[in-house]
Amino acid sequence: MNKLNFLQPDKNNLNIYLYTGVILVALSIFIVFLNSFFNKDIISFLPGSISFFLPLISGFIGLHLIRIDYSGLKFLDSINKNINTNNFNAFLSLLIVFVIIKSLPPLLSWFILDANIAGDSKDVCTGSGACWTYIKIWFNRFMYGMYPNAEQWRINLSFIALAFLGTIGFFATEKFKKYLTLYYVVVYPVIAFFFIFFFISGGPIFFDFSYGIIAAVISIIIGFFIPTKFKMYYFIIVPITLYILLKYVFFYEELIELGKLEALEWVETGAWGGLSLTFIVSFFCLIFCFPIGLFLSLGRRSDFPIIKYFSIGMIEFWRGVPLITVLFMSSVMFPMFLPEDMFIDKLVRVIIAISLFEAAYVAEVIRGGLQALPRGQYDAAKSLGMGYWKMHILVILPQALKLVIPGIANTFLALVKDTPLIFVVGLLEIVGMLNLAKTNPEWLGFAMEGYVFASVLFFIICYAMSKYSYNLEQKYKTER
Amino acid sequence: MENRGITFGYGFLSQESSFDVQFSLIEFDGSHSYFRAYLVGLLNTILVSVIGIIFATIIGVVVGIARLSNNYLINRTASVYVEFFRNIPLLLQIFFWYFAALRALPLPQDTEPMFGVFFLTIKGFFVPAFVWNNLDIFIYSIIAAIISIIFIRIYARKKQENEGIQTPVLSISIGLLIILPLLSFLFGGVDASVEVPVIKQLSQSGFTYEGGIKLPPELISLALALSLYTATFIAECVRAGVQGVSKGQKEAAASIGLTPNQVLKLVVMPQALRIIIPPTTNQYLNLTKNSSLAAAIAYPDLVLVFAGTALMQTGRAIEIVSITMLTYLSLSISISIFMNWYNKKIAIKEK
Repeated sequence: MNKLNFLQPDKNNLNIYLYTGVILVALSIFIVFLNSFFNKDIISFLPGSISFFLPLISGFIGLHLIRIDYSGLKFLDSINKNINTNNFNAFLSLLIVFVIIKSLPPLLSWFILDANIAGDSKDVCTGSGACWTYIKIWFNRFMYGMYPNAEQWRINLSFIALAFLGTIGFFATEKFKKYLTLYYVVVYPVIAFFFIFFFISGGPIFFDFSYGIIAAVISIIIGFFIPTKFKMYYFIIVPITLYILLKYVFFYEELIELGKLEALEWVETGAWGGLSLTFIVSFFCLIFCFPIGLFLSLGRRSDFPIIKYFSIGMIEFWRGVPLITVLFMSSVMFPMFLPEDMFIDKLVRVIIAISLFEAAYVAEVIRGGLQALPRGQYDAAKSLGMGYWKMHILVILPQALKLVIPGIANTFLALVKDTPLIFVVGLLEIVGMLNLAKTNPEWLGFAMEGYVFASVLFFIICYAMSKYSYNLEQKYKTER
Repeated sequence: MENRGITFGYGFLSQESSFDVQFSLIEFDGSHSYFRAYLVGLLNTILVSVIGIIFATIIGVVVGIARLSNNYLINRTASVYVEFFRNIPLLLQIFFWYFAALRALPLPQDTEPMFGVFFLTIKGFFVPAFVWNNLDIFIYSIIAAIISIIFIRIYARKKQENEGIQTPVLSISIGLLIILPLLSFLFGGVDASVEVPVIKQLSQSGFTYEGGIKLPPELISLALALSLYTATFIAECVRAGVQGVSKGQKEAAASIGLTPNQVLKLVVMPQALRIIIPPTTNQYLNLTKNSSLAAAIAYPDLVLVFAGTALMQTGRAIEIVSITMLTYLSLSISISIFMNWYNKKIAIKEK
């Protein structure tokens, strides 16, 4: 059979197909490359629309020609398998390659080649590219908000210390592993609160709250020596008495005076801002929203109608309203219900509002995990004589939470992405600071740089979180 | 509350509002009541949500299918898009479009028209408007077409169940949707003409366009950000749904002699939709709630007009915030009740 075969490659004309195809594809990419990087149109002698479509057509024909099954060339086979399976795919692949080549030069020139970073005033930004000087000058403000420059080491130190304390879990020996949950759920948040209250805020050493803490610590220490029989009465009576004694009888005046002798300057929360505020708000909301959500999800499945309908109401209410109206409520409506002399800090109100809001979402996610467990798990736990709490803590929750790690991670991501909304109450985290810097008369017209900078920061944070949650999910994945 | 001299009541809703709204679907000025201001805000919220939902669905389905593609480049492009837009706060994206991207557009007098009739300027997007005669007859014809399509579907299903013969429902429906409105044009006296925006000089250097419809930049940037952001989540839902249909289903369907189109239509899609629809509805709901971020760029939605301007003027914080919250709440609860009903309906019935 010696007939001409133009349309199908075979052993004899394979090389012709290959060379023609490769040349056509290379030509099309070369034309687009020259056009986009060196602004040279080597096919400009052709009429308008043809010169526009020529690279696409030649590349398309070239890809069609090199689509040879089992050619024996590894590279060609992998190209055919991955981007060149049929005409439609080849066309889309070409389009994507062209768009990438076309968009690289303007992006490169905006980001790097024509951008300015030297100098410290607006005058250096004469190029057509980005003005990174703007970010450089405002960097402190984007990170720390209106926090006084001289005091910023306090934020840095607290964050480094907290990050270090947060990684303790990785170094814990086998002996201390069982205390890790307690550490992360109770001790770590308390330490974090102290760091932020005393160190970042520079709060007085003795305030109303600290009497309670002293009373609790003293009574817990003494509590070890009390016989089990009286422990309940002891823990009801002694801490409260101690608190009252401490506050009104022994130390009152002296400690208030002592509290005023603070070493650190008081920085009110209105001055906090920038990325550090994003971290602080997300951190506390994460810590609070998880247990609240857990209890709401358990409550929703409870047998007691009051608890059940209360939980359903809470969940549906918070899930039904947008966060911005919740923040409106916390800033406009909430203070009206407080007694006149009572004042709750803006930041605290915001953290409470966001925590309650996100807790409803966490609750629904956990409910999904609880529902996914087969009834047999409950029955088995009950048949072993476990009570409600023992059953949930030892059997149900470990399995259910493992199932919903991705869902919880998504909720936490949503939380971090929701923090910019606190601009509603006048707290300026990084996006708020950007908008403030944008309106500065000396630095008008650099909105783009700011938003790109913040987008990159948020992308890094959120992407790292999602990758970490994926790792966690893989780590705890068990066959069921 | 009494101490602060605050009274409670909803009487203020009928008072004169005496403020103006930049962009509203119904006529509104200072002489209208606060209740009408509420309606203006609600309609604007619904408008931007509907636009956002339509575009988010289109982009989301395309990207979701692209992520399933075996073409490496398409696959990667789609996942880069998803990872990128999903991990940046929506508020930041809205600001980016509004303050950075759309500010780079040309002034009205320098704008090159797109297709001769669309004008994309820094002051908004000017599109031609239709001027209708006998619009009601046109609408009746569409309603008639929809009703007849429903009847044809029922008939086709019965026919298939009884005789096993398939009717080409889709082509008949599309034909009806084109022919009936066309008939109304030919015989019903319906007439539409196009009004193209024309440039007009306001002052020495101030220009604008007159005629046609003006979409303000706030609406554009909000709809753009909402749809690009929500589309990433919808894409993930679509991907999960199609991946959730097991391979055996497709193979079994092919082995009983269904064509690839029938496999997709009768076997894969019904099962995939069962997985796709509930989370996607959730995303629609999220989009609607997220549209309240409009307040940040001064798009006059429910939160800005009612919980912002009206609240500042009347000082009735409790009433206004509660009405606003109730509106969103009733919206989402009604959708979630519908979803629960729908979930029960389509759930696999197991013995």
